[in-house]
Amino acid sequence: MDSYGKKNGNIPLIRLENIGMIYKIGDISYEVLKGINMTIEKGEFVSIMGASGSGKSTLMNILGCLDKPTSGSYFLEDRDVSGLTSDELAEIRNKKIGFVFQGFNLIQRLSIIENVMLPLYYSGLHSRDSEEMAVEALKLVDLSEKGNKFPNQISGGEQQRVAIARAIVNNAPIIMADEPTGNLDSVRGADVMNFFGKINAERGATIILVTHDRHIAGYGRRLVTVKDGMIISSETINI
Amino acid sequence: MNNDKENKVKLAFFLDLESAYKTLLRNKIRSFLTILGIIIGVGSVIATISIGQGASKAIQNSINSLGSNMLIVLPGSSSLGGIKSGFGVLPTLTLNDTYAIRKLPAVKTDSGNLGMNQQVVWRGNNWSTLVVGANSTFTEIRDWPVAKGTFFTHQQVVSAANVAVIGNTAATELFGLINPIGHIVIIHNVPFTVIGLLSVKGFNAFGQDQDDTVVIPITTMLEKIAGTTWVHAIAVSAKTSKDTSLAQSEITALLRQRHHIPLHKPDDFFVRNLTELAATANSSANTFTILLASIAAVSLLVGGIGIMNIMLVSVTERTKEIGIRMAIGAKKSDILKQFLIESSVLSLFGGILGIGLGFGISSAISAFSPLKTIVTTEPIIISLVFSLCVGIFFGFYPAYKASRMNPVEALRYE
Repeated sequence: MDSYGKKNGNIPLIRLENIGMIYKIGDISYEVLKGINMTIEKGEFVSIMGASGSGKSTLMNILGCLDKPTSGSYFLEDRDVSGLTSDELAEIRNKKIGFVFQGFNLIQRLSIIENVMLPLYYSGLHSRDSEEMAVEALKLVDLSEKGNKFPNQISGGEQQRVAIARAIVNNAPIIMADEPTGNLDSVRGADVMNFFGKINAERGATIILVTHDRHIAGYGRRLVTVKDGMIISSETINI
Repeated sequence: MNNDKENKVKLAFFLDLESAYKTLLRNKIRSFLTILGIIIGVGSVIATISIGQGASKAIQNSINSLGSNMLIVLPGSSSLGGIKSGFGVLPTLTLNDTYAIRKLPAVKTDSGNLGMNQQVVWRGNNWSTLVVGANSTFTEIRDWPVAKGTFFTHQQVVSAANVAVIGNTAATELFGLINPIGHIVIIHNVPFTVIGLLSVKGFNAFGQDQDDTVVIPITTMLEKIAGTTWVHAIAVSAKTSKDTSLAQSEITALLRQRHHIPLHKPDDFFVRNLTELAATANSSANTFTILLASIAAVSLLVGGIGIMNIMLVSVTERTKEIGIRMAIGAKKSDILKQFLIESSVLSLFGGILGIGLGFGISSAISAFSPLKTIVTTEPIIISLVFSLCVGIFFGFYPAYKASRMNPVEALRYE
């Protein structure tokens, strides 16, 4: 495993130190995350599992730089990102993180290729290059012929593959997948999961998968279990 | 596998515009209703300004129809025991005054003028009309050529000939379809030979039919009809429009000298500058136009509020999309820009359609009413810019609201 973090110097890709998250609704505050410590190396395929309400979605939002923790530090490539402004976080999401959501989250009005090009648009690329990159990303998920179609003209499995193409188009080192198979049947779900495996193996992208499904979690190499806002176990999955 | 069009390099701005355009086209009826306010606003601004400009042109024309670069010299008012009469009461102006004025450097020509309502008789017909005594320079000063026959000459004025030139309305009333030239009409028991028919002049600014008139030599008028030596007015034509003020002061100086008015006494005459009158009339027409246009501008403002309203709805509806865009790296400014471009495209479209509407209204008014409206480029450009500003101004709050969304919450929105 040449992409394994420890070989490329000793800086982990992601390091969470004592991350806490408290939501306040009126006078009542909910402590959703209680002191999470976690390290993810470059090239890992980590599955985060937990029941609903366990705090795994909040953890994913923090890992994905969509949200800021109330306490603790988050080091992304050794840079503390827990105190950054929302625009700085947007830039990190654009350059470093690709998202794949349960509901596909494609923009219906835009064609497939335009959806895939969108992250490049926000990083300031508008040219032929960005289109070539999008075509290449679509090729990787076997959808190169569907670029001119619109999201509502293709199946759910295909839409999720478009979302994967969008996540990887910027060569982001981290792909975050939040219940990516939740809206798919098992055949298409397996199909989508195989693409994550392929990206992890061929591109060396770090994949962080959040799911409540043990079977889907099994696609990863490490299983992190979250319960009541705490990590209760972290184990390597033996294939 | 991709066609050439797809590979074309697109500029970022046009990409943004295209995206905004596509978004708005998805909701055609809603987009149209949103910009209806702007359409009506811009349309009414353009229409009112075109009406205003048409009206001021009409005023200009009717003042010009009195004659070009014209000044009118009127006898002064009398002041007897503290009671002041109006202008034109004192008999102070004579025919010789007119001949003296004619020699002034800034003056092109002039004509003494004495008008009286008289019964004009031809065979069994009679008609009460304005009989005007004038010099042979009348046609030049009033810009009013004869349509048939000839005007009387300076010799005929000097000899107080019994000749008359008849206006179109008076000719129609007296002669019907018969050619009046060569016939003899009776005015105040004096026979006159009709030697010319004036061309049609139309109504003046005060609604008076200028064609209802008969023009005879001023001398004939003074001697045989009025029985006096005083003229009612002297119409003066300055050399150019710039010379009117100069001519005014020259005439004042000349007449004071001719009438032997001491320095401490006021003028016994009055010089009215019609060019100044035109300017005054124009400025009041402009004030009216500005008033109308500002009322119309209020509807533009209301249209802008309509845009804000719909943009707020649109932002709420597209919360999820905003969340997606933020998740893949859109900054606040990107979201702000996206919605601002949308509202600007909307209002600009409204502006363009509004200009079309304004054109339509103003040409309809031109077609169905006597007023000829004038559409100039100025209000078009101003209202385009203004509608763009309305779009940006009223689009800002919704766009700002969109840009301040929390990505986590926006993504959760269904």
